[in-house]
Amino acid sequence: MKREEGDVVKPILKGRAHVFGDDINTDYIIAGKYTKTLDYKSLASHLFEDLDPEFTKKLLPGDFIVAGRNFGCGSSREQAPIAIKYAGIGAVLARSFSRIFFRNAINLGLPVFVCDTSNIRAEDPLEIDLKEQVVRNCRTKKTCVVEPLAPVMMDIINEGGLVPYLKKHKDFNLKK
Amino acid sequence: MGKTIVEKILSSHCNEDIRAGDYVVARVDLAMSHDSTGPIAIEAFKKYEEGHVWDSSKVCFVLDHATPSPNERVSNLHTMIKDFATSQGIKVYDVGEGVCHQVVVEKGLVCPGDFVVGTDSHTCTYGALNALSFGVGSTDMSGVLLTGKLWLKVPEVLKIIYKGTLPRGVFSKDLMLYTIGRIGAAGADYLAIEFAGDGIKAMNMSERLVMCNMSIECGAKAGYMEADEVTLSWLEGRVNRAFEPVFDDLDAKFADVYEWDISDLTPQVACPHTVDNVFSVEEVQGEEIQQIFIGTCTNGRLEDLRIAAQILRGRRIKEGLRLLVCPASRDVMLASMKEGVLLSLVESGATIIPPGCGPCPGTHLGVPADGERVLSTANRNFKGRMGNNKAEIFLASPATCAASAIEGRVVDPRKYLN
Repeated sequence: MKREEGDVVKPILKGRAHVFGDDINTDYIIAGKYTKTLDYKSLASHLFEDLDPEFTKKLLPGDFIVAGRNFGCGSSREQAPIAIKYAGIGAVLARSFSRIFFRNAINLGLPVFVCDTSNIRAEDPLEIDLKEQVVRNCRTKKTCVVEPLAPVMMDIINEGGLVPYLKKHKDFNLKK
Repeated sequence: MGKTIVEKILSSHCNEDIRAGDYVVARVDLAMSHDSTGPIAIEAFKKYEEGHVWDSSKVCFVLDHATPSPNERVSNLHTMIKDFATSQGIKVYDVGEGVCHQVVVEKGLVCPGDFVVGTDSHTCTYGALNALSFGVGSTDMSGVLLTGKLWLKVPEVLKIIYKGTLPRGVFSKDLMLYTIGRIGAAGADYLAIEFAGDGIKAMNMSERLVMCNMSIECGAKAGYMEADEVTLSWLEGRVNRAFEPVFDDLDAKFADVYEWDISDLTPQVACPHTVDNVFSVEEVQGEEIQQIFIGTCTNGRLEDLRIAAQILRGRRIKEGLRLLVCPASRDVMLASMKEGVLLSLVESGATIIPPGCGPCPGTHLGVPADGERVLSTANRNFKGRMGNNKAEIFLASPATCAASAIEGRVVDPRKYLN
């Protein structure tokens, strides 16, 4: 289930919601003491440890992180979205993201979406329809629209991340 | 319509007449990375199989986050960075040189008008030198190493004009904590902040770096200032290339402009566990503290150690309290040794930590015990930040930290500054 670099995001993502509040910083996502490693599976085993030591045990492959405003604020550490991705999380939905985290996630090919998350509760089964750009909540039967990504971000995510994008294009191209 | 400093710097780095809101690809003048985020950038760069970085003279690595190495895993990452740098002809500032952001400005690697990125969120520090600089992730850095460029959306600017000057015993750290408390942790998301006004003009470079360093703590993409005599005299002798200071046009358009009078500001303290949880020292004083840390890329400069030594001279720290002092760089350490500042701090009971990030990112050199309270001059007090999620971190100025070390509890430093 874990997505590798270069994998293209599936058109419909399905998973359960794990709900967090506002201003979840990258120290909470992955503590600094664990970041000095290139072993991403061990990194992922400490995901959200300071907030909930049991968090990774509750995960099923493809589950979603759902948060409020300013998700991923603080340190620029890319270990944060790496830990989320290698823990098998399918996507992150938030009311808003911190700029650096948002870029890092896109660069890794981890789907991240800005949408109104206020009505999503823990364990809600969700479907993210990338073609329609909506999130369906299978509990409430309601849908909400996700904010469109900038074209350059869509291009990067469609290539599976920044490394495959630059391997193919050798340079950035913003002209449409 | 006139342009902001951001619009001018980015226009000159992409050879286009660009405005806030535009998506641009800009040339980078300096790319900095360190031992925490550098290895991932190197791994990503190797996947391009392109051999050399775009310009090795515009790249540097600083080993500062876990130095001297606490274990063999980190030691091997240090070796990996040094091997890569050697093969590429990239300069490495090795263990003991200091915190990356202090080293970069001290070694004269940044000039007014530059566009700089680093794999550390506090790269925004260099805005105090009238440059545009900010943190990026490791994969973005791999793209910079390959192409020398970064794509970005040109940010709008929030201009904060500080009127008046700071009262005695109140420092730029207090002003920045107050600013973050007032606008919130996401108050400047996707914006750059220009710090302006008499309050800024009256600050020395050390104090200005504090303001820009912490601009990320309210979500800003960057924080910066105009260049003036203080900037130019600080750069003299450090920088040996030509540069052109950049100013706002008179009719530049800002997202918002705040004007705040700061002449009555008091010492400020950020309480656990967020940087925007800020109170005046009177509301926090009396909180018992077990460890005090003076250092970091925020407040580990000579002026910071000087004020701490001034307050502590002839006094002892409270029995049972640990006072950890970490000069931000080797140069800061040397200067503070020559002045007798370190001697005085050690006589008062301080433990000196080798230049680097010290205990701030929670790896080693001062991890607090369960239930302990730390008062620190750092920029973050998130739960678990210093390596233990059962400890609490308060943030304040070096003066507040030094005064609190005498009593073992949070105190107003003004009573020790007659």
